[in-house]
Amino acid sequence: MFESEGVLRHCIGILCTQLYIYSGRKKVRVTDLIITGAEAIIESLKNENVDVVFGYPGGAVLTLYDALYQADFRHILTKHEQGAVHAADGYARATGKVGVVIATSGPGATNLVTGIATAYMDSIPLVAITGQVSVPLIGRDSFQEADIRGITTPITKHNYLVKKVEDLPGALKEAFYIARTGRPGPVVVDIAKDVFADSFDYQYPIEVKLRGYLPVYAGKSKMIDKVFAEMRLAQKPLIFVGGGVNLSDSSEDLKVLIEQSGFPVISTLMGLGCIPNDHPQFLGMVGMHGTYAANMATTECDLLIGIGVRFDDRVTGLLSEFAAKAKIVHFDIDPAEINKNVLAHLRVVGDIRWSIPALSQQVKNVSGEITEQVRPWLEKVRDWHREKPLTYEQGPDHIMPQEVVEKVSQLTQGDAVIVTDVGQHQMWVAQFYGFKNPRSLLTSGGLGTMGYGLPAAIGAQCGLPDRMVILFVGDGGVMMNCQELAVAAEYNFPVKVLIFNNQCLGMVAQWQRMFYGGRYSQTSLKGSTTDFVKLAEAMGVAGLRVTKPEELEIVLEQALAIPGPVVVDIRIPEVLDVLPMVPAGACLDQMMMGGVEG
Amino acid sequence: MKHTLAVLVENKPGVLTHISGLISRRAFNIESIAAGYTEEPDTTRITIVVEGDEIEQEQVVNQLSKLIDVIKISDLTAVESIQRELALIKVKASAATRSDIINIVEIFRASIVDVNRETMVIELSGDETKIDALCQVLEDDHGIIEIARTGKIALSRGPIPAKDQ
Repeated sequence: MFESEGVLRHCIGILCTQLYIYSGRKKVRVTDLIITGAEAIIESLKNENVDVVFGYPGGAVLTLYDALYQADFRHILTKHEQGAVHAADGYARATGKVGVVIATSGPGATNLVTGIATAYMDSIPLVAITGQVSVPLIGRDSFQEADIRGITTPITKHNYLVKKVEDLPGALKEAFYIARTGRPGPVVVDIAKDVFADSFDYQYPIEVKLRGYLPVYAGKSKMIDKVFAEMRLAQKPLIFVGGGVNLSDSSEDLKVLIEQSGFPVISTLMGLGCIPNDHPQFLGMVGMHGTYAANMATTECDLLIGIGVRFDDRVTGLLSEFAAKAKIVHFDIDPAEINKNVLAHLRVVGDIRWSIPALSQQVKNVSGEITEQVRPWLEKVRDWHREKPLTYEQGPDHIMPQEVVEKVSQLTQGDAVIVTDVGQHQMWVAQFYGFKNPRSLLTSGGLGTMGYGLPAAIGAQCGLPDRMVILFVGDGGVMMNCQELAVAAEYNFPVKVLIFNNQCLGMVAQWQRMFYGGRYSQTSLKGSTTDFVKLAEAMGVAGLRVTKPEELEIVLEQALAIPGPVVVDIRIPEVLDVLPMVPAGACLDQMMMGGVEG
Repeated sequence: MKHTLAVLVENKPGVLTHISGLISRRAFNIESIAAGYTEEPDTTRITIVVEGDEIEQEQVVNQLSKLIDVIKISDLTAVESIQRELALIKVKASAATRSDIINIVEIFRASIVDVNRETMVIELSGDETKIDALCQVLEDDHGIIEIARTGKIALSRGPIPAKDQ
């Protein structure tokens, strides 16, 4: 039994209102709607207000694609299932809606795995619909059979295998509900091929009742009181924000709290954008490639208020020394995050849409008093930030990647949707782009998936057709899913693809330089015969190249002005390090600085 | 310290996979796991014995609670409870040694469920230490051929069921 009969019985169909008469407030069905499983999926997606799905057809989902033929929402046909799932992820991050991806059984489904894991690590709401072989063939190593439910168990919030058509509406309703509520995450619905063709009396459930899933909204207000008491005592407090603030669209609430308290603020990679970079209390990103001020403030603070963060090892460095002088407060919707990596002195479990305003309610009464109390500390950390800002050496002969990011930041006034791949360019974007808005940095922070950027940018552009979407990507990562350039061209998604071409796998090479005696094992791409301009043009995308610093601005302006998609091959030096850097497992205050002394 | 957790889950396919997958992925130290039907046909009860400090125990409970099909977890270590395990022990038994084995079985209030010319199978339920003790004696004096143990199951004392705790 996939679901208890009681739950389904509880659900009253809402498919077409004309099919129902109203008896008091309860809908009573008078007409049956007999449709196939495939048609039921289309109807269910409509009920979930899905306006676009990303996918790739195949044997097991033929019947579903037949029903899709007449669907009135869009289907974006990518070139690879991995492209489809990353695009759905990019769409979800950019819009806040649930991303939907469809793939066939076996290899179609397994090609989703990296994308599902990427979404899982960053808590992105995704529903992946996969075809499975017919029920009688399951478990017999049939053609294109893979146990995708088993495979995705550790990388999904939940997953289903639907073997009876009657179970389909309930599974889809639950999948969307689970994906978007609480701490969001990906859900896989694997559907046996014969289920698509079976007809049944379709009713879409109105509500979901799951005994084992009751996402918390409001937590204990007593804990808010305790945090407030600590805030009044603190001399050197620090607010530390993460992806949870972006995911819950709480940046406005956060700004209120920050301004009421006068506390300095640092961010994780995933939290960037939820507070404007130029905010006077903002010290930038913390962690391995964080700013001097952010890392020093973490080391020196006496109260660290973590909001929607998970204390990832790239942030904390050596755990035992992380914020060792501070009381740690942890706000999170997921109780399992508390004490997972860092022991919290105070925990506030609940939706930060509840907890931040609740805390602000108290802080506002003493705003002047605590702002005054922490002013010396704020001045001190701001001095650190002024004295040791992020810098880089500008050479006359070559284009510096940081300079590219700064130029793009100026040209877009910090207002673009920025997508990155993974590696050095990702960190330079995090350091040098002047983010202004929440949900404006889409990046694979947790899993660190190379090849994520291009399809994610396409998905983001699909969800936000009126926004400028800019992808920063390395010459390594772009090749991992470069086939999706054709999708940008065919659907005219005008993404701007800026390739930082250093002819090597920069981040790995940096580690080889620092920790492996400069033995560049398999990280040089000097032998590459790929011409990115021609590659772009072959796919139907405009291609530009820039090699000289004096041409950079003109070419960037030109690229941003092209109405369609464009690839810019930007030649940057091979040997560059992302700095500052805290070596893995070291204390945050042990930064290798580099750059220009400011 | 050991904690005995009563985990009530939806009686659906794949639930045990989700639970065992989580346990191995998070590298939790699980001593035993035993599952079976309950008084409600749509609910399965899984008894898990966790070895670890308070922090690890809290992580196990919090991570398991995140699984959609996990309905309720109660820590039976925190309350008065009855804890039992069932063991079947196949022991070497010739005509000459049978009577000694029967004596041992009586002392432990175990029972003999199978006899043939070379072996006996002994059934014993009780707490872990009692089963360990019987196994020790049988192994030392007669030699054990194989053992099957269920892992611990547990119920709280008093009228309140785990689902309402």
